[in-house]
Amino acid sequence: MRIELVRRAEHSRLMVWASPLLAVAITLVIAVGIFAAMGADPLEALYIFFVEPLTAGWSLQELVVKAIPITLIAIGLSLCYMSNTWNIGAEGQFTAGAILGSLFPIVFPGWTGPLVLPAMLLFGILGGMLYAAIPALLKIRFGANEILTSLMLVYVAQLLLDWIVRGPWRNPDGYGFPESRVFDASAQMPLLVDGGRMHIGLVFVFVAVLVVWFTMGRTLTGFQIRVLGQAPRAGAFAGFSQNRMVLFTFLVSGGLAGLAGIMEVAGPIGQLRPSISPGYGFTAIIVAFLGRLHPVGILIAGFVLALTYLGGEAAQVALGMSDKVMRVFQGLLLFLVLACDTLIYYRVRLVRPVADPLGGAVHGRG
Amino acid sequence: MRRLMTAAAAVLALGMGLGAAAAQDKLKVGFIYIGPKNDGGWTQRHDVGRQELEAALGDKVETTYVENVPEGQDAERAIERLARTGHKLIFTTSFGYMDPTLKVAAKFPDVKFEHATGYKTAPNVSTYNSKFHEGRYVIGQIAAKMSKTGQAGYIASFPIPEVVLGINAFLLGAQSVNPDFKLKVVWVNSWFDPGKEADAAKTLFDQGVDVITQHTDSPAPLQIAEERGMHGFGQASDQIAFAPKAQYTSIIDNWGPYYIRRAQAVLDGTWTSGQVWGGFADGHVVLAPFTNLPDDVVKMAEETEAKIKSGELNPFAGPIYKQDGTEFIPAGKVIDDGTLLGMNWYVKGVDDKLPQ
Repeated sequence: MRIELVRRAEHSRLMVWASPLLAVAITLVIAVGIFAAMGADPLEALYIFFVEPLTAGWSLQELVVKAIPITLIAIGLSLCYMSNTWNIGAEGQFTAGAILGSLFPIVFPGWTGPLVLPAMLLFGILGGMLYAAIPALLKIRFGANEILTSLMLVYVAQLLLDWIVRGPWRNPDGYGFPESRVFDASAQMPLLVDGGRMHIGLVFVFVAVLVVWFTMGRTLTGFQIRVLGQAPRAGAFAGFSQNRMVLFTFLVSGGLAGLAGIMEVAGPIGQLRPSISPGYGFTAIIVAFLGRLHPVGILIAGFVLALTYLGGEAAQVALGMSDKVMRVFQGLLLFLVLACDTLIYYRVRLVRPVADPLGGAVHGRG
Repeated sequence: MRRLMTAAAAVLALGMGLGAAAAQDKLKVGFIYIGPKNDGGWTQRHDVGRQELEAALGDKVETTYVENVPEGQDAERAIERLARTGHKLIFTTSFGYMDPTLKVAAKFPDVKFEHATGYKTAPNVSTYNSKFHEGRYVIGQIAAKMSKTGQAGYIASFPIPEVVLGINAFLLGAQSVNPDFKLKVVWVNSWFDPGKEADAAKTLFDQGVDVITQHTDSPAPLQIAEERGMHGFGQASDQIAFAPKAQYTSIIDNWGPYYIRRAQAVLDGTWTSGQVWGGFADGHVVLAPFTNLPDDVVKMAEETEAKIKSGELNPFAGPIYKQDGTEFIPAGKVIDDGTLLGMNWYVKGVDDKLPQ
C-alpha cells in the first residue's frame, strides 16, 4: 500500500476551510502526546491550556487585549499579501505609530481633555502610514525589494524608539531610567469594562474587519487587489496600476499597524518604553495566513493565537510547565496549517501495490 | 459492596478536603522572570534564590514561576494571574515590571509584592536590589593590581544609573591602587547578547586592554579572554566553568537570603513595605573563589571586602572627581544612596563619553 498525492483539477473549496480545522485537530492530538510524555494529565493540561482562559471574565478581557494589536495589523497585511505586495515591516510601522502618536502626552503633557486621544490616534495612523510609505516609494521609484526594505526599517524604528526614550523623551522624574512619563488619564484608551484592561481598541478591530470585508467583496478596489494579486498582466491590460496598488496597500497596512501601536502604548502600557511589542508585527504575518487572508478568518486566528499565549502562561502557573511548550504549540500549529494546505490542491489516494513479474512490489519511480 | 464504595468515596473526599486545607496554610510565593530560568545569569540567580527559599522553608511555602515575560502589556497579566491563583507574595524580577506591579498591587491589597531594581513603592509593594557596586570596587582593585597595560575594558549594557554606578565603582577601586588607571567602555545595548558581547571583548583587547569586566549576562566575554590568554571577571553567577584560566573571581547575585527573610516575614505577619538595598553585609552580593591570582592580591581583595562589609570602607567616599575634573564631593564626605541610585555621570579617568 502506498500513498499518492494527486493534483486536483481545481482547488478544493471544502479544504480551504477544513484544512485549518484539521491542523488544529492534529495539533491537539500531538499536544495530548506531549502532555502525557511530560507526565501531566493530558485532559487537565488541555483544559488549562485551551479552555480555562475562556472561563473567567478577567482572562477573557486579557485575551481581547492580547488579540487587538495582532488582529488589527494582520487585517492590514492581508490586503498587501492579496495584492502580491510584501510588507514584512509592520513591526516598524507599529513602532513608528506609537512614537508619533505619543508626541502629545510626552511633549505637551499640559494639554489634556477629550481631544487629546483622537489626536494621538490620528497621529499614530499617520506615523504608520508615513513609515510604510518609505518602502512603497522605494519600490515604485527604484524597484527596491520591499521585503528587504520594510524589514530593515523595523530595526531602524526600534533603535529610534530606544534612543528617544533614553534621550529626549526620557521621564524627567524617572531617575534617568529609560522610560517616558506616564500618560495623563485623558491620553489613555477608555476601558470597555471597569476594572479590567479591555479597551475600545476592540471596536476598531471590528470596524476594520467590516470595512475590509466590504471592500474586498463589493468594491472595485477589492477587485483590483484580487486581479493584481492573481494575474498582474491581466490587471495591467485592464488599466489597473500596480504602482498605485503598492502604495495603497502599504499605506493601509502601515496605518493600521500604526493605530495598533499607539493604542498599545495609550492602552495597556500607558507610556513609551524601550520595547513595546514582543513581535506583534511578525506574529501578525502568521495570523494573516492562518486566517486565510480573510478578515473574519484573521479575527478568529488572532484570538486563537492570543489564546495559546494565555494558555501557555496558565500552564506554567498551574502545572509548572515550561513556556517552551507554548512555543512548540505555536510552531506546530503553523507548520500543520501549511502542511494541511497541500490538501487544497492535492487529493490523497491510496494505491495498492501491483505485483510485478519479478515478485517484488513496485516502488515509486523516484 | 455499594456501601463499601460510599465509605471509600467519603474517606477519599475527606482526605482531599484535608489536603486542600493543608495546602491553604502553605504560603504560595510567585516569581516573574524576564528570561528563561536557566539563562546562566540574572534570571538563573533569581531561580536559585527561589529554590533556596523552598529548601529553607520546606512545607511552609510553595513556589511558582512564570518565565520569559516581556516588559510590555504581558507583564501585568502574568502578575495578575499569580495574584488570582492564591499567591500571597510575588517577586517581580526586572526593572520594566515596576508600573505593572503597582497596578496589580492596587487591585490586590492583601497580596504582598516585591519589585527588584525599581524605585516606586506602595503599602503592599517593596523594592529590593543589591549593591553590586561593592563587588565592583573590589574587582577594580584586583584589575589595577593585575593589569600590565594600566587599563581595563568594561562591557556595559544600557546607560542607566545602576550600570553607570558600577562603572564608576570599578574605576574608583582601580584608582585606589593605581591613580592613573584608565577604563574603556563599550555599550552593547543589551543585557544578553553573546555575539555582541564577544565582539565587544575582542575590540577591547585589540585596543590594548588586558583585563575586562562586564555588566551583561553571558559568559561570552570571558570565553574570549580565555582564548586570548587575557583575564576578566564573571557576572551574576560563578562562570569559572567557561573560563578556568581567565576568571579572577565573579560577582554573584545571591537572592536566597532575602527571599527566605521576606517569605518568613509574611508567614509571621511582620511583613512591611520598604526599600532594601543590600550589599556584602546582607549577603546579597558574594564573590566567587579567587582564582589565577597571586596570594598578596587575594589578601588585598579579602581585606577590602571585609572593610566594606564592616562599613569601615565606603567605595564612594570623597574626594571624588567628575570626568571633567570638577570635584563632586570633598574628602571626608560620602555620596549618599539617593544620589548613587540616580548616578548619570562618569568619574575622572573613564575613557568614554556617557551616552545621554
